[in-house]
Amino acid sequence: MLRKDLGLLILILVVGAVVALINPRFLSPVNIANTANLIGLFGVFSLGEGLVIITGGIDLSIGSVFALLGVIFVDLLVTYELPWPLAVLIILVAGPLVGLINGFLVTRMRLQPFVVTLCGLLLYRGIARYYTNDGTAGFAFGQSFPTLEWLTTGRSFGVPHTFIAFVIIALAMAVLLHRSVFGRYLFAVGRNEEAARYSGIQTGRVVAVAYVICGALAGLSSIFLTMYTRSISPASHGNFYELYGIAAAVLGGCSLRGGEGSIVGIVLGTILLQILQNLVNLLGIPSSLNFAVMGAVILIGVLADQQFTAYHQRKIAGRAGKS
Amino acid sequence: MPEPVLELIRIFKSYPGVQALRDVNLAVAPGEVVGLIGENGAGKSTLMRILGGVTAPSSGVIKLRGEQKDNLTVSEAIRCGIAFVHQELNLFDNLDVAANVFFGREKLSFGLFQLIDTAAMVSRTKPLLERLGADFDPDTPVAALSLAQRQLVEIAKALSLGAEIVIMDEPTSSLTLTETNRLLEIIAELKAAGVSIIFITHRLNEIEQCADRVVALRDGAVVGTLQKAEIEHDRMIGLMIGRDLKALYTPPRGAVGKEILVSKDIRTTTYPDCAVNFSLRRGEIVGLAGLVGSGRSELARTIFGIDRLIGGSVIVEGRPLTIQSARDAIAHGIYLVPEDRKRAGLILEDDITSNISLPNLRQFAVAYLLDRNREEESARQQAGRLNIRAPSVSSVAGTLSGGNQQKVVLAKWLAMSPNVMLFDEPTRGIDVGAKSEIYSLIRALSDAGVAVLMISSDMEEVIGVSDRILVMHEGQISGELERDQFSEHHVMQLAVGKATNSEQPC
Repeated sequence: MLRKDLGLLILILVVGAVVALINPRFLSPVNIANTANLIGLFGVFSLGEGLVIITGGIDLSIGSVFALLGVIFVDLLVTYELPWPLAVLIILVAGPLVGLINGFLVTRMRLQPFVVTLCGLLLYRGIARYYTNDGTAGFAFGQSFPTLEWLTTGRSFGVPHTFIAFVIIALAMAVLLHRSVFGRYLFAVGRNEEAARYSGIQTGRVVAVAYVICGALAGLSSIFLTMYTRSISPASHGNFYELYGIAAAVLGGCSLRGGEGSIVGIVLGTILLQILQNLVNLLGIPSSLNFAVMGAVILIGVLADQQFTAYHQRKIAGRAGKS
Repeated sequence: MPEPVLELIRIFKSYPGVQALRDVNLAVAPGEVVGLIGENGAGKSTLMRILGGVTAPSSGVIKLRGEQKDNLTVSEAIRCGIAFVHQELNLFDNLDVAANVFFGREKLSFGLFQLIDTAAMVSRTKPLLERLGADFDPDTPVAALSLAQRQLVEIAKALSLGAEIVIMDEPTSSLTLTETNRLLEIIAELKAAGVSIIFITHRLNEIEQCADRVVALRDGAVVGTLQKAEIEHDRMIGLMIGRDLKALYTPPRGAVGKEILVSKDIRTTTYPDCAVNFSLRRGEIVGLAGLVGSGRSELARTIFGIDRLIGGSVIVEGRPLTIQSARDAIAHGIYLVPEDRKRAGLILEDDITSNISLPNLRQFAVAYLLDRNREEESARQQAGRLNIRAPSVSSVAGTLSGGNQQKVVLAKWLAMSPNVMLFDEPTRGIDVGAKSEIYSLIRALSDAGVAVLMISSDMEEVIGVSDRILVMHEGQISGELERDQFSEHHVMQLAVGKATNSEQPC
């Protein structure tokens, strides 16, 4: 674990302890399970966002993808009455497909990731709203899918399945990013695309795969989110969620310039964000301040990290100067 | 000698690992044209950077019009009338000529609003361009100008500053003969108007024509001064090199082997009309000389699959290859040590191990998962073999000296099995010790049966290392020299296109 991650962990523990002291309900099993569920919901796609950020890109379209895939998923189940495994499969294919389109536009058409996914953000939400005539898509009265519901919103031994899924995916992603050939390529491309190309890496392909993985995780998340909210108003469903992903990644040490970041960091970033949300509720802070608290904490965190790094480098430089 | 406008007294400058300047004294009188000569890396550019206030000397005194300047800054240098015409042009492509000439001191109008008065800048630029005999208007975008025309813009800028000392760093390196002659006339005019000029060039003929005095630098020190009457070609070369270039040479151990890579009518995106033909043989080091911009790097990049091949083919061992990316070239054992090692050669934030294993990563993976121990073991082996000096193979590449960084780039490829090695300026910015190590590595590779192509702008290197020299001029091979024909003079003549011994102009 890097020094940065350790700092973040300490911050989480300190914030957690303070909240727990002021309001002991923070540590109640109900609250912990709820927070764990939210961490799972937001964490899965944050991992994908982090991967894209490490390539030096960004994905702004995730929230809109949730709206679009959400209404399609509900429609498949309600209107077309498809068996739920088939509907799930379709969404799990559609997610990576969206990522593939982003990746194609970024690597082959050489468009800027910000522009590509900004257009995606507008496009997918627009389509979702048109698809339902701006109405809310929800399950019909009495319609239920016990297995699907158990899988997505259920618990085992009191642990929400979203959280379990998050842990499994995070472990898999950690191996992929930090132990595999692909992970090394991803960092190489993020740090110095040109040098990577001169080393024979097909940099376009590596970047595109990052977008595909991001899309796949967004697809999976959209199923969890749909089953969690059970109804989707396409104008607001998933609004700003991509920003949670970006915030978690940045808090976790990913640099928007690319080449920096770790899975542990993104996981801790997600946890901190959810604790902050929780803190707003538990400490009686007006919920309208929700975003302001998040913004302030991220700003302070990034600023402190920057200062600390600068201090550390001065210290190294000073030592080198003396010797 | 009248009171000098500029005086440098006992200037020293050291960088980590390199003594760039030692005890340099230089004085320039008003209206004097001083030719500054020296091999690449002799310290000319460092000296000029100090004059321009870009870098501070480690010790020494700078006097401008008799006044001592202890902390010369760029803006102060400009205020004191020092102007640069750079080797690498410092112009903004997206602005027009007038805006470039007046950049940073734009003419303003409408007092309060501080709007840029384009018309005033254009009308003030016009006479400057006329004086220089330029064939373009002040409102032409710089992007639309040729290199020679841009050079004139730089000079116009210096003139508009009312400069008293104009420093020209290789101003003619990209000019045609007519353009060069025009520039020499301009220099004479400036001199007549009392402007002092420091003229840095590799083209000794030009110095013979225009300089009043020649100062030669070698390894950071002034090794000689020639007064007007003494300025002649051979004496200048003698001062610059101070030794027989051919003496460096280590001959190959065995006979040259068979042809391995043939460039058949290769055309690059930079010079789409020029078909390039040559061949490389096992056990032979071929030097590729030429001026900057003659298309050498583009040729190497095209063979390596970085730039698109727009015509012709790369034939290896008799078979034409389809090379669409560096990956394809690497698969055939064609490796490139690129010109810009910091941007293209290395990932500076990564450690030595990761840099070395990068092109061959799958080799170190079991079931797609990396085995860090094996990577490090291989890196340690290479570090030992190439004598990479670093605390450990986990040292970050960015913290190494230039020479050691270059060895890491080499180690990437030596850890695999090279067939053809392309080197692009392999020793640029590297200290003397590491240079000779790299030369012996290149020779060892060649002796092991690898075909080597070495692009170099360093005459000493080209002549001292190569078994055969190809010279490029404006996108085509203008000539080929065998060892007994090697001379700085020959190479230069081919490089500037004055002579040619190739059959196919384009």
